[in-house]
Amino acid sequence: MDYANYVYLAVILFTIGAATVLLRRNAIIVFMGIELMLNSANLAFVAFSRINGDLTGQVVAFFVMTVAAAEVVVGLAIIVSIYRSRRSVSVDDINLLKN
Amino acid sequence: MLDSLPMLTILAVVPLIGAIVLWSLPAAKSAVAPKVALGFAGLELVLLVLTFMAFDRGNAGEFQLTEQFSWIPQIGASYALGVNGLSLLLIALAIVLVPLVVLAAWKEQGVGTAVGERAAVAANRLRLYLALVMVLTTFMVLIFAARDVFLFHVVFEAMLIPVYFMIGSFGNGARRRYAAIKFLLFSLVGGLIMLVAVFGLYFQGPRGEEGFLIDNLTNVVADPTLEKWLFIGFFIAFAIKAPMFPVHTWLPDTAQHAPAGTSVLLVGVLDKIGTYGMLVLCLPLFPNASTWAAPVIIVLAVISIIYGGLLAIGQRDLMRLIAYTSVSHFGFIVLGIFTFSSAGITGSSFYMINHGLSTGLLFLVAGFLFLRSRDGSSQLIAEYGGMQRVTPVLAGVFFVAGLAALSMPGLSTFISEITVLIATFEANKWAGAFAATGVVLAALYVLLTYQKIFTGPKVEELSDKPDLNAREKWVVAPLLALMLILGFVPNIALNYLEAPSETSVSVLEGAH
Amino acid sequence: MINASWLLIAIPLASAAILLLAGKRSNSWGHWLGVLASAASFAVGAGALLEMLGKDASERVVDVHLFDWISAGSLQVDAGLRIDPLSLTFVMLVTFVGTLIHIYSVAYMEHDTDRRRFFAYLNLFVASMLILVLANSYLLLFVGWEGVGLASYLLIGFWNHNPNYATAAKKAFVMNRVADVGMIIALGLIFALFGSLSFDKVLPQASALVAGNEGMMNLIGLMLLVAACGKSAQFPLQAWLGDAMAGPTPVSALIHAATMVTAGVYLIVRSGAIFNVAPTALLVVAIVGAITLLFGAIVGCAKDDIKKALAASTMSQIGYMMLAAGLGPIGYAFAIFHLLTHGFFKAGMFLGAGSVMHGMNDDVNMRNFGALNKAMKITWITFGLGWLAILGVPPFSGFWSKDKIIESAFATNHGEGWQPWVFGLVALIGAGLAAFYMSRLFFMTFHGKARWSTEESSELPTRHPHESPALMVWPMIILAVGSALLGLFLSLGNRFTTWLAPVTGELEHHDPVLSVPVIMGATLVLVFLGAFLAWRQYGAAPVPTEPPVGSLLTQAARADLYQDQFNEAAFMRPGQYATRALVYADKKAVDGSVTGLAGLIGSLGIGIQKLHNGYIRSYAAMMLAGLLIVLIVAFVIWN
Repeated sequence: MDYANYVYLAVILFTIGAATVLLRRNAIIVFMGIELMLNSANLAFVAFSRINGDLTGQVVAFFVMTVAAAEVVVGLAIIVSIYRSRRSVSVDDINLLKN
Repeated sequence: MLDSLPMLTILAVVPLIGAIVLWSLPAAKSAVAPKVALGFAGLELVLLVLTFMAFDRGNAGEFQLTEQFSWIPQIGASYALGVNGLSLLLIALAIVLVPLVVLAAWKEQGVGTAVGERAAVAANRLRLYLALVMVLTTFMVLIFAARDVFLFHVVFEAMLIPVYFMIGSFGNGARRRYAAIKFLLFSLVGGLIMLVAVFGLYFQGPRGEEGFLIDNLTNVVADPTLEKWLFIGFFIAFAIKAPMFPVHTWLPDTAQHAPAGTSVLLVGVLDKIGTYGMLVLCLPLFPNASTWAAPVIIVLAVISIIYGGLLAIGQRDLMRLIAYTSVSHFGFIVLGIFTFSSAGITGSSFYMINHGLSTGLLFLVAGFLFLRSRDGSSQLIAEYGGMQRVTPVLAGVFFVAGLAALSMPGLSTFISEITVLIATFEANKWAGAFAATGVVLAALYVLLTYQKIFTGPKVEELSDKPDLNAREKWVVAPLLALMLILGFVPNIALNYLEAPSETSVSVLEGAH
Repeated sequence: MINASWLLIAIPLASAAILLLAGKRSNSWGHWLGVLASAASFAVGAGALLEMLGKDASERVVDVHLFDWISAGSLQVDAGLRIDPLSLTFVMLVTFVGTLIHIYSVAYMEHDTDRRRFFAYLNLFVASMLILVLANSYLLLFVGWEGVGLASYLLIGFWNHNPNYATAAKKAFVMNRVADVGMIIALGLIFALFGSLSFDKVLPQASALVAGNEGMMNLIGLMLLVAACGKSAQFPLQAWLGDAMAGPTPVSALIHAATMVTAGVYLIVRSGAIFNVAPTALLVVAIVGAITLLFGAIVGCAKDDIKKALAASTMSQIGYMMLAAGLGPIGYAFAIFHLLTHGFFKAGMFLGAGSVMHGMNDDVNMRNFGALNKAMKITWITFGLGWLAILGVPPFSGFWSKDKIIESAFATNHGEGWQPWVFGLVALIGAGLAAFYMSRLFFMTFHGKARWSTEESSELPTRHPHESPALMVWPMIILAVGSALLGLFLSLGNRFTTWLAPVTGELEHHDPVLSVPVIMGATLVLVFLGAFLAWRQYGAAPVPTEPPVGSLLTQAARADLYQDQFNEAAFMRPGQYATRALVYADKKAVDGSVTGLAGLIGSLGIGIQKLHNGYIRSYAAMMLAGLLIVLIVAFVIWN
């Protein structure tokens, strides 16, 4: 079985996720893109684990899932807080660090 | 007994203690600060006399009163001190100028004119300023006594800090911060280039725990091309310090905005580090490269002489004018060094001392003159006129200082300048001829200035200004006396300077 | 006394120091201290002279070592004095005439509050001039050289609250400094060639070292000439002398007539050994002397200011001395002889001019004088004796000294080539012109109709000319006696030229191209012609109070033959322009390159700062791009 196809799928998913992060204005959609990128990384880890016969990749996938969950919690909390003060979830509006 | 005491370290530490004492004085007691500073400066003078007694004049060419302690053995840096005739006299110059600077600053920083609570603020500022002067004294002693290249470089850079504050915080004029930063950046760039060369030099040397000692690094570079690059690295730093054309433009801005006493120490002593470094580091460490570079350096020196003189004539601010005259004088000093003759180097060494005295006097008198302007601090020449009838003693002192600047016989500057010029003719007749025209420029910039400020009809608002008071006379008298004595009996100083210059010449000849 | 000759210098120097440092306290007695110091120097000098006269001619060159002065590696100079006939001649001239002028100044400067300072400067001058003539090395000579320049500056600008006088002083000093460049170059070349600067090592070696070094010897000679031109106001550095008349008249008498301006001639004669082996330089000396001789004479014919006319005359007479020195061994002694006689009659005439000014409210315009012979009899007689001396009328001093120069001019170059004719004729014409302008001066001042009146009501300016006080009159009388008799006295038995022989060499005598009686006759004819023409125009005819327009040459002569305009156009304006241009260039180019660099870095920073636009998406894009670049680079390196 050609497990390389899974890696190609992971690359495509990563690209879609990166494009989402770069091109969408809504913060929640950006987060969805980030999740997509993380999951594509997971897919790649598992595929490689299977290709090389080493379980390390699958262990790392577990780590990534945990980190992704924690990151979503913190990120959504920040977005809610920003929404409360600025009434907007567009990433373009968060530019106080300009210059 | 004196031989066993580490005189040089004591000379370096005493002002530092003075600085700490001044800093720890409570602000309310700032009024005693000038007296404390003067006390420490006087103590330093006494120690200087003891140091002279411990120094053997007959062996002035050798480094005496040496001390050596391992500092950072992992990189080979030692705390190594030692003085020969020239370094001893340069340290003496610094230590003689400091009490005069303190005495001149008695009423500076607004102390003389402020009243009420402003007076307390002014006294506090003066206290901090004098503390910085003390710190600077420590560094001046250390750098002339340093016998370790790493120590030399560290002090070379550290010295910039107190001067930066003295110009930027305690200076005058609207652009003092600009002047301070300009000074700092110029010197730091030079220091950076020198740092690269220092490390390059270290790796050519014997390494080990004493790898940075100057004695161990003399003429160690085998590859001629590398020697030339390292020489250039050191030379650029010293040329910026001196300053020479074309890296001189920091000096006029600095002199214009610094308090008079700071200019005295900066131009009178600190700038000598540049030429001292050329003599004590560039020549012995890179003798072949020095010989290779000499023609270009001689041309640059002659250009400095003429350029500095011409620009001095065109200045409207008196402090800037004096700064440009220094550019011209330093051209003579560098010229004398690179003739590689014992007469030239002796003349050059003597020139360093004399220039410190004469330019120091000029800056101090100029400072006193400015106090007598309409607004108490104007430095513009056009604001004054006919002052000879209003303040005859001040006029007389200024005139003598001006005569020293144009090397009038009877004053010590004549001896050094004529010696340098005569020695230059032996090396290169064209350089000598062009350098000799500097004396015409000197006459012009001194006499034109004297004429504008002191002759002609009196200016109305200035006609009741007071002449020099007793304290101010005490400031100028020692410098006048020294210049006259050394002018008539120069051998008092030359006996210390001849032997080191002959040593330099023999090092150069031995290297070929 | 010869061994104590350092006192000659020390006494006036100490007096100057005391007078300057004591300040106003010494105002009441300061001037007497000054006079005493000068007189004491004269006494020491006279003692040294007597001692030297007692010596054999071969022992008359004495070097007195004072102390080790400069010990700087290869440059070892000791300070010492050379007492020989030449230096003692100058010592006597300086101290004798100097003391007389000191005495004169007590009365002349009586109403000046700064009189004490004046005497301090006069003493400083005497000390410096003595250092100059007594020095045993070129370096010590240079010390005196600069010292007299300083004293001259201080004295010309004595009344410097007047901006014109301050400018005149500065002009004198700066022009002298230009000449000093020549002196410094000469010092450097002498040291490079001879290895020493002392007379006893340099002068005897000159003839030995000239082989293969002719160019260098001539260059040294030319540089010494440049130095001499500045100090002696010779062409082309003569423009400062007229303006120097801004100083008080005793200064003009002492410094700018008798002593300082003769220092150049001293330098040339002292360096005779070098010039003897540098024939080109010697020829240039003679040419410069000849040019200046005529220059001064032409200018002197048109000046209405009595002091400026006398100054032009001085310039011309020193031209004679330079010409004589430039003739070589046949002329050195005569140059000094004329220097000595000129010192007496010119100083006497300047003091006379001061006396006239004193009686005429300090007016200097001769067009306002006239018929003063009755009002100021003694001044008239003493001035007249000086006038006759400078004309060269026998048996007065000038005849003996000037005629010898004219004769030698006709005898130069062994009578071959153009030199004897050109130099001889120039000297001859100069004598005629001198007769004209000096007579013009004399008649305009003392004869003719009075262009002033003692009555208040007259339309002429009111003046009350009177004879000057005794302190002013007696020095004039003594100088007049010298003007009359000194030349004759020193010529008897050729005693003066024999006296100078140990220094200038044995006087050679060559035959002039015209015979001596012809020369002497021609001279006398020209002199009487000049005096007669002056009498006709200024003594017999009325002198207009407003200067008439005159010919182009007259206008040019009034304007000093445009010397100031030339100097300004050729040197001063370009120099000022260069200075201003350089200040601008320093700021824009030299400093500009550094501040430009700083500005560049600043704008680089501002440019990069634009990346911080606050947009998260752009930051994310930058991160992605950076990551891609790192990966590609790693990939390439890995392969």
